[in-house]
Amino acid sequence: MSATAHSVVEPSRTTKRVAGAIVILYALVSMMPLVWIFMTSFKSPPDSISYPPRLVFTPTLEGYCNLFTTRTRQTPEYIKALGEPATTCDAITRSRNMVIAGPSNYWPRFQNSMVIAFGSTFLAVLLGTLAAYGFSRFRVPLADDLLFFILSTRMMPPIAVAIPIYLMYRELGLSDTALGMVLLYTAVNVSLAVWLLKGFMDEIPREYEEAAMIDGYTRLQAFWKVVLPQATTGIAATAIFCLIFAWNEYAFAVLLTSGEAQTAPPFIPTIIGEGGMDWPAVGAGTTIFLVPILVFTVLLRKQLLRGITFGAVRK
Amino acid sequence: MQELRSGKPTVTDANASILDRAANAAARATPEPMVKSVRGLSDWAVGWIFIAPTIILLLAINIFPLIWAIRLSFTNYRANRPNAEVVNVGLDNYRRILGDSDIWIAMQTTAHFVFWTILLQTLIGFTLAWLIDRRFRSHAFWTTIILIPMMLSPAIVGNFWRFLYQPQIGLFNYVVSFLTGVDPSSFEMLGSVRLAPWSIIIVDTWMWTPYVMLICLAGLRSIPDYIYEAAEVDRASNWRQFWSITLPMALPFIMLAVLFRGIENFKMFDMVNLLTGGGPGSTTEVASITLKREAFEKWRTGYSSAFAIILFVAVFGLANIYVKALNRVKSR
Repeated sequence: MSATAHSVVEPSRTTKRVAGAIVILYALVSMMPLVWIFMTSFKSPPDSISYPPRLVFTPTLEGYCNLFTTRTRQTPEYIKALGEPATTCDAITRSRNMVIAGPSNYWPRFQNSMVIAFGSTFLAVLLGTLAAYGFSRFRVPLADDLLFFILSTRMMPPIAVAIPIYLMYRELGLSDTALGMVLLYTAVNVSLAVWLLKGFMDEIPREYEEAAMIDGYTRLQAFWKVVLPQATTGIAATAIFCLIFAWNEYAFAVLLTSGEAQTAPPFIPTIIGEGGMDWPAVGAGTTIFLVPILVFTVLLRKQLLRGITFGAVRK
Repeated sequence: MQELRSGKPTVTDANASILDRAANAAARATPEPMVKSVRGLSDWAVGWIFIAPTIILLLAINIFPLIWAIRLSFTNYRANRPNAEVVNVGLDNYRRILGDSDIWIAMQTTAHFVFWTILLQTLIGFTLAWLIDRRFRSHAFWTTIILIPMMLSPAIVGNFWRFLYQPQIGLFNYVVSFLTGVDPSSFEMLGSVRLAPWSIIIVDTWMWTPYVMLICLAGLRSIPDYIYEAAEVDRASNWRQFWSITLPMALPFIMLAVLFRGIENFKMFDMVNLLTGGGPGSTTEVASITLKREAFEKWRTGYSSAFAIILFVAVFGLANIYVKALNRVKSR
């Protein structure tokens, strides 16, 4: 089977075809839920719950309108008296005998997600870069134990951590604040950042810095001007991993935030419509929330393996 | 392989024993001092200045609360009654947890979930990795597509699978009925006691099979071609090559994936919380859900702290036992 013209280990053409067909089939099937939720976001509420499930439908922006607004029911006479609708969303809402009452909480929650994710990523990468450099270049006493300690903090069950954090934040007035969440996510992410970045820094030959320091650079200058530029790829990859974690995190967010600092993951499941779930709005909220992750996955595909194994597998 | 330098198995060492490259990197954790001193500061001190902020943050956000939780676990403290008198109850909480049948049922539910998800993910993940390693055309593109589910937020995934699992209108029921002819409104994945545990296993497998696949793929790619070439010269059958070369050489990677997934699924919370919330009844109430109910619904803070500590110790126990097994496989 493996005896082909090119190499004894090159799979035969048939093997390749069959393998390709199975893998592509798996990929397509595993994409179905995502495609479905994306399609649902463009359905009208009746279409979204029709039986049998509808593959062909008239796309509408109703889900997106409902996601971003709150609406109140009005009499047809009242709506008629309003005159021409100003926006597409106005028109869609009025066709359902409703008027837009105001913005929904989705956008503020989305903003919270961004602030908390970017803030904690920045801090985690900053601290992680320093610590990784320290571990990579200096003889730190108990380095292995410290590294294990840093990793172990990430293994704790989040709910177990959340109990004392909840009490501590209540004492400190950090409950339901963006600062509290940033600090918490930084602490969770810094372990990943240290491990990944140490791996990246270990790969930068120390001779570069030695040469720079012989040329008169101080240790800090060598770090800043020689090591950091070399580590840019690693730092960027690490940052994206931290960003994804903070973006996706739910357990801490649902237990420690309720209003002001609530992020999108605990908010999206609470989207409901009149008399049941508003699935198109949920679909819209999910789609908007997932798009950045899809972009990052494509950007990260080469570093993914390293990130998910804390740098254990590098390839 | 110079593993377990300190004699005690840690995850640090597990990772190191996976790849010689990683082991070497770990060995360089205590490198030669490059320069003896920097502007009067010893190398030792400069190193600490770099590391200290991280350690301080972790002490403040992880270790201090952990110690607090340990202290609370010996009391009857309730977070919703901050002014009530706190009585020291000694080991009572721990004793009650170990005798609590609900806790044991939750542990069984967790074990069922962990066992089946890992089994399915390893089988499917390894098969996929092996197929992708046949290097068919456009395999890189399809690999990236397959990886997408594991990057998503487990909470969001749980939430939209709730939609797919709706009886009658849901896509899942529809597809099942399309393939098998069963009436789509005749079964409820989330509402039935029999099916609910499988509904969370299916979603977890959908989401995390790519993870196992990716690590297995790295394992398969780490096997050098010349070994297969030698086997070919010796006229070893494909079947024989798979069992004596491919599988043993990829095994440390498979076990690494199993370790990571095992620990993650042991603490599984978000996806299950949104999909079933532990229900119906408590059929899908995995350990983290029980913990959340005790801590944030019943507000038995002392009791739940004790449970949290037990879970925490269990995660580390599992990891350590596993690492020992991993090293045994490696040294074979």
